[in-house]
Amino acid sequence: MMTPRANPGRGATRTAFACAGLAIGMIGLAFASVPLYDAFCKATGYDGTPRQGPALAASAARAHDSMVVHFDTNVAPGLAWKFAPEANRVEATLGETKTVFFRVQNTGSKPSTGVATFNVQPGLMGSYFVKIACFCFNEQTLQPGETLDVPVVFYVDPAVRDDSNTAHLSEMTLSYTYFAAKNGQPVTGSVANSASSGSKGDF
Amino acid sequence: MATAAAHAEAHEVHDHKPSFFARWFLSTNHKDIGTLYLLFAFCAGMIGAFLSFGIRMEMEAPGLQYFSNPATYNVFVTGHGLIMVFFMVMPALIGGFGNWFVPLMIGAPDMAFPRMNNISFWLTVAGFCSLLCSLFVEGAPGASGAGTGWTVYPPLSTAGHPGPAVDFAIFALHLSGAGSILGAINFITTILNMRAPGMTLHKMPLFAWAELVTAFLLLLSLPVLAGAITMLLTDRNFGTTFFDPAGGGDPILYQHLFWFFGHPEVYIMILPAFGIVSHIIATFSRKPVFGYLAMAYAMVAIGVVGFVVWAHHMYTVGLSLQTQSYFVFATMVIAVPTGVKIFSWIATMWGGSIRFTAAMHWAVGFIFLFTVGGVTGVVLANSAVDKYLHDTYYVVAHFHYVLSLGAVFIIFAGIYYWFPKMTGHIIPEWAGKLHFWLAFIGANVLFFPMHFLGLAGMPRRYADYPDAFAQWHKVSTYGGHIFGLGMFVFVIGVVLAFRSKERAADNPWGEGATTLEWTLSSPPPFHQFETLPRIVDEPGAH
Repeated sequence: MMTPRANPGRGATRTAFACAGLAIGMIGLAFASVPLYDAFCKATGYDGTPRQGPALAASAARAHDSMVVHFDTNVAPGLAWKFAPEANRVEATLGETKTVFFRVQNTGSKPSTGVATFNVQPGLMGSYFVKIACFCFNEQTLQPGETLDVPVVFYVDPAVRDDSNTAHLSEMTLSYTYFAAKNGQPVTGSVANSASSGSKGDF
Repeated sequence: MATAAAHAEAHEVHDHKPSFFARWFLSTNHKDIGTLYLLFAFCAGMIGAFLSFGIRMEMEAPGLQYFSNPATYNVFVTGHGLIMVFFMVMPALIGGFGNWFVPLMIGAPDMAFPRMNNISFWLTVAGFCSLLCSLFVEGAPGASGAGTGWTVYPPLSTAGHPGPAVDFAIFALHLSGAGSILGAINFITTILNMRAPGMTLHKMPLFAWAELVTAFLLLLSLPVLAGAITMLLTDRNFGTTFFDPAGGGDPILYQHLFWFFGHPEVYIMILPAFGIVSHIIATFSRKPVFGYLAMAYAMVAIGVVGFVVWAHHMYTVGLSLQTQSYFVFATMVIAVPTGVKIFSWIATMWGGSIRFTAAMHWAVGFIFLFTVGGVTGVVLANSAVDKYLHDTYYVVAHFHYVLSLGAVFIIFAGIYYWFPKMTGHIIPEWAGKLHFWLAFIGANVLFFPMHFLGLAGMPRRYADYPDAFAQWHKVSTYGGHIFGLGMFVFVIGVVLAFRSKERAADNPWGEGATTLEWTLSSPPPFHQFETLPRIVDEPGAH
């Protein structure tokens, strides 16, 4: 045991710096958690994050087992767009590659830019819903009145039947929401703007 | 327990105190800073109590009685939570009693970094001012103040509060968080480097152990909160999208970060109380505490396991069954070291020569009430049950039993136990006991019906409710009034103590009080232990 002094001395300084390092390290970890969490969600489908990847070989498909995929489309307040799928639902054989088109139209009087995000429900299906191609996260600018058809190419992984959490499911929902592209605009600012521009709709 | 060999020359007079301003505003003395923290906690606690009074008055009957805008009611709820957690319980138990008694108990002349200690205190005060400012600027559209709950979840705290109130609240947490981190560094450095000769870690009093574990929890968890609320701040003001799905962020990430801090935080609030209750029970049973080492390492275990159970606050976000199973199991494991502590306190009393002083009343009351809160905690740990009870009054009842009736009871226990040591004055025992019975009955009448309300489906954070809940809400409000009455008795007791000519002895509690602070005068000299006490093993003490 070291001899304590009224003046705490070098040992104390070392302890204090070690503690400060620990605290700064934890701040670093808090920020590192953002990309780590993102990567974790993409890798595991956690929290309804669909996986992205190439198509399955045709032989992997299970002909007699299928999943009904419902489509849900939303437009966030502040964006005067219409957004709808070509069909409200499709029945996808497990492992079969499906293509579905969504139609977006700018119903406003000004050109506007939107960006889509997606999610699947139930959240546990995220690991088994694999998207091969998607329009999500690409900013799209539409002129007034312009209409655009955007495709989603996906398949439902047959492994869904091997997971006790999801083996019993026969239906799922893929949900898209178009947000006005933020262009670095703060959340609070954009809400204030959309409120003042008189667009309807609530969260 | 170890005791100090006498050393009369150490606290001879020469008690030179600085002038009023220098002593209280530029203070570097651990006892003065401890006193400042306790006074600050009392003032903040009064404001927090006023807010809870507003909540209880509104909830007494269905409909809106006192709040024209329910958003303002949510501001009261949020303010009550933030103030009680960050500006009442933490300053009192860590800044107040910790500063006062950790150096005394380990035989140190002061804290390791006295000036940093001063900065910690004033950062906390600055944070409190920022929180008060947030009450008076716009938050949600058309209402002033932040009505986000103490958890500050997005999107309510981002898109739902365009005004600057949430920014002020975030700064309040930044400032008090920085103060707490500096304080934690100070405690760890003091305890690891400045113990008196012969006081090994395994001879150190349990309150010092509690503060050491608490300081590590603060050091590891508060920076994560700081990071999370900084992201919230940039999401709000600089267009980042950490928690905004519009830019690929995820609001659930905030919940993970918040509860990675938030769960250890509840142990940060209760561990120092565990330390204090051990000393009170041992003192008034005239026995050393039962299972000293198990008691110390139970706190370490609670601290460690406390970091890996956070998602039990988030069972409703859609975790997989396996994830839920893990968090259920890990959460229940915490009941084991907690049980070790409860049973050791009972075993300490077993066969002891017990004196039911005011402080002992509060400590024994704490053991009972904390056990009730702990049992409902085990109920809530089950994810299947929790999905039904999530965000209901059952949860409100649970955490008020462990905090309002746990941590707060021990704050009062600590005041009745150490008041003679801190001031040299004596609070009349009848006042402490009357205060206890009013608080004990009041708090149970206040919080026990909330279990029924929660089981019946009454959700948290609503200013209005269906008539079916009216009866228990009314009872609950009456309990609040009884508890509030107790606070007047407390204030009267303190006033009587200062008016009385009676002076406390160095060790007013006699034989059972074995820790080093009782070897000093009451109040202790301005500077103590200039000659360090030497700790010798008392034969047969363990």
